[in-house]
Amino acid sequence: MATTQVLRSEWTKIRSVASTVWTLGLAAVLTIALGVLISILSRNEFNNMNARDRLSFDPTFISFAGMSLGQLAMIVFGVLVVSNEYSTGMIRTSLAAVPQRGTFLFGKVAVATVLAFVVGLATSFIAFFLGQAVLGVHRAQIGDPGVLRAVIGGGLYMTLIAMFSMGVASMLRSPMLALGILMPFFFLISNILGNVSATKKIGRFLPDQAGSKIMQVVTPIDDDTPYGPWGGLGIMVIWVILALFFGYVLLKKRDA
Amino acid sequence: MIEAVGLTKRYGAKTAVYNLSFQVRPGTVTGFLGPNGSGKSTTMRMILGLDQPTTGQVTIGGYPYRKLPNAPRQVGALLDAKAVHGGRHARNHLLCLAQLSGIPARRVDEVLGVVGLQDVAKKRSKGFSLGMGQRLGIAAALLGDPQVLLFDEPVNGLDPEGILWVRNLMKSLAAEGRTVFVSSHLMSEMALTAEHLIVIGRGQLLADMSVRDFISHNSADFARVRTPETEPQQREKLTAALTEAGGQVLPEQDGALRVMGLPLPRISDLAHGADVRLWELSPHQASLEEAYMRMTQGAVDYRSTVDQRAGLQQQLPPGAMPQQQFPAPGQGQPDWYAPPPPQQGGQPFAPPQAAPGGPNPYAAPPQPPAAPAAPAAPADLNKPEDPR
Repeated sequence: MATTQVLRSEWTKIRSVASTVWTLGLAAVLTIALGVLISILSRNEFNNMNARDRLSFDPTFISFAGMSLGQLAMIVFGVLVVSNEYSTGMIRTSLAAVPQRGTFLFGKVAVATVLAFVVGLATSFIAFFLGQAVLGVHRAQIGDPGVLRAVIGGGLYMTLIAMFSMGVASMLRSPMLALGILMPFFFLISNILGNVSATKKIGRFLPDQAGSKIMQVVTPIDDDTPYGPWGGLGIMVIWVILALFFGYVLLKKRDA
Repeated sequence: MIEAVGLTKRYGAKTAVYNLSFQVRPGTVTGFLGPNGSGKSTTMRMILGLDQPTTGQVTIGGYPYRKLPNAPRQVGALLDAKAVHGGRHARNHLLCLAQLSGIPARRVDEVLGVVGLQDVAKKRSKGFSLGMGQRLGIAAALLGDPQVLLFDEPVNGLDPEGILWVRNLMKSLAAEGRTVFVSSHLMSEMALTAEHLIVIGRGQLLADMSVRDFISHNSADFARVRTPETEPQQREKLTAALTEAGGQVLPEQDGALRVMGLPLPRISDLAHGADVRLWELSPHQASLEEAYMRMTQGAVDYRSTVDQRAGLQQQLPPGAMPQQQFPAPGQGQPDWYAPPPPQQGGQPFAPPQAAPGGPNPYAAPPQPPAAPAAPAAPADLNKPEDPR
């Protein structure tokens, strides 16, 4: 009863602010546009590749190359959904109306998650089909083994990134602080940790590194990653659960 | 009914509210007064279950807010008029709050009408003035048609018409048997709106009584008496006669006398008996504002000083007379609002009892308020402004 009320209210909240349209729209546009661009470049580059690179050529994964930028817009979406309440002071009114803070937080997260999933999945399919269209002869088919899993996984990846951001934002409350930590982390630090050989073994357990495994169809040669596509997504889910759990615990015991 | 028992809130080393106990009864408007930073808003937040009290508890109708069944239909609150997402338009703001409490959307349009915002219902609240924000906040408080209403500074930023409207709204809500708890800085407004007062200073209860009792307890009504200025000896004669009759006489700056403890006819008789002519004999009734100022004088945390403008004054052209600046009446003059206390000690209320569990952080004798800047100012007037 109270849950449906919270869900309806959160839906009104999320659809009545411009930032929702902007952030989700930007996430879709960036992911698709950059994916198409990199797909074109890869097609032109293919003939110059050596045999080894041609063997690990993954047309599906290449069409998702825009995710690295698109996920940043998803992060902004996730952060704003939660921290708007704090930056405007609306949180006090909301919590006075729903003294059950768990119901409030998870209702909010649920509505934003469904929205992020719908947008993420649509983005993922469009990015795949447009990417394959420009890849020409090197394209993958949706019916090829593992491809449909990767495309749906792309939508799940974007959703989980948004959820992780919501958890972090409910811990940190301030939008500036949350964005200031999450943006450089996912754009720079995670990539650096994942590519420097000394830290590679730790870096691949970070949420984005592990989660993006689901979008790979062709495993690179001498890949020693100790988890598969679903295992990687599972690691990301654990990160998300942790972030939301601590966000909930803090909301529960903190003064609003 | 709102009932607080031994409510205490500490933020780290700072005690915001200390051992506060009071009741807010239905059927009357209860005013909640206190200087800036005295803990009014903290108390309001604790009533709404937003902040957890360090010790003590506050209940509404016998339940702590978080355990109150169907809380948003029983309690409505305006905490901060600016606590609105500026990008959301007014109707959607109320709609999401209504949906949160299971209130039908029809009610949203009703309350928009009640607060007079129906014409801007589809405007983003970013463009709202403070007064419009207050109206929106009041609309949110009225949504659930609650029995208990809390308003934190509801008239801030409202125009005179809006202030009158809020006053009548509060009174009519109380007349319907609801519990109405209103905080404000505007004493004149409180005197007109509230019947009962709860006054806190530095987080502690200073008074919990009706407005009428509050004024008569905290102010000495006095008579202003003026004798012919041409004959100073008459003034002394009258002073002696009045003092002998048991009155307290204080000279005022403009040469008049302030007489306490004697009714007006008696002063007239005494003057007649002493063969002193009077130019003025006027009653002076203290206002709620004066009573409040007197009571909270020791509990003000943020006090202004006289602006010295050191080093900021422009060089005066040679020969120019420096403009003497007299302090405006009432500004920085510690005794302006303060006729001597009606009783020795001046505090008719029992001092807060030492709380169980911990010494009273305020038990130490109050620090003399930061050296009042006022006495310095008249002294400055006697010497040249700045020998430059």
